[in-house]
Amino acid sequence: MKAAVIVFPGSNCDRDVAVALEASLGTKPLMVWHRDTQLPDLDLIVVPGGFSYGDYLRCGAMAAHSPIMREVKAKADAGTRVLGICNGFQILTESGLLPGVLMRNRNLKFICKDVFLRVENDRTDFCRYYRSGDVVRFPIAHAEGNYFVEPHAFREMEDNGQIAFRYCDRNGRVSDASNPNGSLSGVAGVYNAKKTVLGLMPHPERLAEDLLGGSDGKLMFDSLVEALS
Amino acid sequence: MSQITPEVIASHGIKPDEYTKILEILGRAPNLTELGIFSVMWSEHCSYKSSKKWLKTLPTKAPWVICGPGENAGVIDIGDGQAIIFKMESHNHPSFIEPYQGAATGVGGILRDVFTMGARPIANMNALRFGDPSHPKTRHLVAGVIAGIGGYGNCVGVPTVGGETNFHASYNGNILVNAMTVGLADKDKIFYSAAAGIGNPVVYVGSKTGRDGIHGATMASAEFSEDSEEKRPTVQVGDPFTEKLLIEACLELMNTDAIVAIQDMGAAGLTSSSFEMASKGGLGIEMDLDAVPMREEGMSAYEIMLSESQERMLMVIKPGREDLARSVFEKWELDFAIVGTLTDSGRMVLKRHGEVVADLPIDPLALASPEYDRPWVAPAKQPVIEAKDVPAHCPADALKQLLACPDLASRRWIWQQYDHMVMGDTVQRPGGDAAVVRIHGTEKAVAITTDVTPRYVLADPYEGGRQAVAEAYRNLSAVGALPLAVTDNLNFGNPEKPEIMGQIVESIRGMGQACRELDFPVVSGNVSLYNETQGNAILPTPAIGGVGLMDDVSKSATVAFKQAGSAIVLIGETKGWLGSSLYLRELCGREEGAPPPVALHRERRAGELVRQLIGDGQILACHDVSDGGLLVAVAEMAMASDARIGAQLDAPSTLPLHAWCFGEDQGRYVLEVFEDDLVSVLEEAQNHDTTARVIGKTGGHVISVGGRAVPIDELVDANEGWMPAFMGSEMAQH
Repeated sequence: MKAAVIVFPGSNCDRDVAVALEASLGTKPLMVWHRDTQLPDLDLIVVPGGFSYGDYLRCGAMAAHSPIMREVKAKADAGTRVLGICNGFQILTESGLLPGVLMRNRNLKFICKDVFLRVENDRTDFCRYYRSGDVVRFPIAHAEGNYFVEPHAFREMEDNGQIAFRYCDRNGRVSDASNPNGSLSGVAGVYNAKKTVLGLMPHPERLAEDLLGGSDGKLMFDSLVEALS
Repeated sequence: MSQITPEVIASHGIKPDEYTKILEILGRAPNLTELGIFSVMWSEHCSYKSSKKWLKTLPTKAPWVICGPGENAGVIDIGDGQAIIFKMESHNHPSFIEPYQGAATGVGGILRDVFTMGARPIANMNALRFGDPSHPKTRHLVAGVIAGIGGYGNCVGVPTVGGETNFHASYNGNILVNAMTVGLADKDKIFYSAAAGIGNPVVYVGSKTGRDGIHGATMASAEFSEDSEEKRPTVQVGDPFTEKLLIEACLELMNTDAIVAIQDMGAAGLTSSSFEMASKGGLGIEMDLDAVPMREEGMSAYEIMLSESQERMLMVIKPGREDLARSVFEKWELDFAIVGTLTDSGRMVLKRHGEVVADLPIDPLALASPEYDRPWVAPAKQPVIEAKDVPAHCPADALKQLLACPDLASRRWIWQQYDHMVMGDTVQRPGGDAAVVRIHGTEKAVAITTDVTPRYVLADPYEGGRQAVAEAYRNLSAVGALPLAVTDNLNFGNPEKPEIMGQIVESIRGMGQACRELDFPVVSGNVSLYNETQGNAILPTPAIGGVGLMDDVSKSATVAFKQAGSAIVLIGETKGWLGSSLYLRELCGREEGAPPPVALHRERRAGELVRQLIGDGQILACHDVSDGGLLVAVAEMAMASDARIGAQLDAPSTLPLHAWCFGEDQGRYVLEVFEDDLVSVLEEAQNHDTTARVIGKTGGHVISVGGRAVPIDELVDANEGWMPAFMGSEMAQH
């Protein structure tokens, strides 16, 4: 599997996800600077977390118009798998690669903590090592992760298996109490229609090593390596 | 040019005798630009004029110290060719006036102090003090400061891994925001600020200069009065995205051989950075202020030199490396301007619009700043309070009340707003005794803690100073790290008052003694004086930031009980010391009495014992005993366990129960020990000549002592509930 991580000037989880990818893949991913306009042949593109261009106004809005994102969109349209984590998810929605928007958390604060997620669709390249209904623990760290999409679009997404993860309690129950940021229907991550692009607010790369408190996130990278190698 | 009248001099915070000295140095009257430069260079904030004499008494050397106080930050050797660079610094005055920006720029400033020296910042910490929770401004200040610290650190992408927060009415008019950064560098790639090479270009990089923060350093050197609100324009505005770019650009350029010297522009901006670099190198600088990148038109030389706009650095570049340096900063889309040249004149010559606007000798300004030996009186010793003179409350009820009091309640509401995991090396997150951050790509880790108990320092500055250092030592030992060095942030009231000066002198004496006896030298620090409003001073708060090292991070010990049926072992001696304790304050409404004394030789032995037991894998959990005493420590271990594992304690009959439970005797740790390891643990304690006693067993879901029991769930609710309720939000989820 050939993987690349896009690096914006304000990315700050680029190294973290590169470390997690390397642990699953055995080789370092390619790090691609935001001003580049070309990508080589790739199986996976990761848009990492951070504050791409400072994101003082709308997270990811400027990054969506950066030179490299034109190329990422072209690759995604051609079927290259794209994973957007946190700020990366925001950039993918702003770019139109994923439906919906990410608004301010309902408590208007940055929230950094572990959350439980229910796997909603395991029949994708990202989640083949999980089972639908599994409860996994990933950290979140964001101020704008409150997912919203128009109701009719949401129904279509549900019917089409595009909901990837929902916030839940440790027993897998999805409720308002287990929803950290006010996301519609507790949505933590979504796919595009073809399930080749995944965006999620929680950080799988942050719990991909037991020493850091857990390794539920490692299975996502293992899944990708298995599917795309 | 404005007239230099006595009013103008006074408004710059310059005392008449200091002005006489200025006239002596110059042999003429200064112009306004020059007066402004003197005023910031000689401000308490920049010159340490009241504290210098006493700071010199602190121990600063050890075989592992690479660079002690005097540079931007302290540097220690951690082996394998690597160094840790760290410092703590206050941003108290600005944070009170404008909490979000004040706290945010405090974080930005301390980050720059560390990456200026060539280190990549790997962790942020903080030590915060707020007023009485019932004071009308407290909630607003807490909300703003926490959001500001998070807003800056989260964006820059450096994890904020811990800290401490206290509330006390003495901080009503003067909150304390002390921020600490720890960075990692290669030992052979450390950068200093001494300028070198006559003719070398002086380069300005980073953000443009605006009119923000003019006279911030002078403001930070005076008491607050009722018109402090009017000083809002002296507070700077932070731009963490630019800081992130600046970190990456500086570190990238530091990988080449282009930089001769580098200094961040912090307090007193371009003035202090240029004077410091020139003075350390024994050189002069000629600067063309027209070349300084400016945010606004029509800025005067005075404004350019005194601006405290953030995210700026000054560098001396090797000749011929200008283009290389420029290309790096252009890649990161930052300003880059050659603003001056090093000269052999020993003078700072500033030009604006082609004319010389200031011509000042450097060393007399930078080195001959006033040094005061201010009169001081040691405070009267407080009486020792006997346990029999303190009412005994039901231990279960008292425990619950203590865990819900503002100083002991869970800080989850705070640290959930900080990204404490970015960079992927946070092994122990906030909430434990010390944060543990792995050295990237290795099995080593640094442990970091911030500590001071201001109520002890008030009651006895000498003992309080010793205790602050000892507690930092203990917190590092409790996770298994060898304590290596400290940074200090000395926050006090007005040093012109002998009783305040007495607090400063005595607490520094105590700190120095503890640092010496524990091999725990001071490598960097900051002083913040004049923390008074309308004559009311803060509690003396010499905050200590301690750093320790672990060779094998997988062995670090945590606070949480791991299983039922283990022995609970108390290390250290318990006499039931209730003077100046939280029990006395929270349950009896009394803030008095001699604080618990620290026996440094026992402290050291207990630390060595605990570190050895952790290193040998002989214990399941470890927690130091501090605020609130033994029962609080045990309850914290129970509350931290996912399974809510409880404890049955057997109190000795030799002490009053409330004194045993809540006394704050120093030098103690609680260990959870697997039954089969108990004999060897007790033997090891004996070998270290340290008291160790089995005080109970883990199990059940209650804490029981003296025939009373309280469910851990209730304690968790009390402990977790206070802060969210106070701040008016939903309960923090965990």
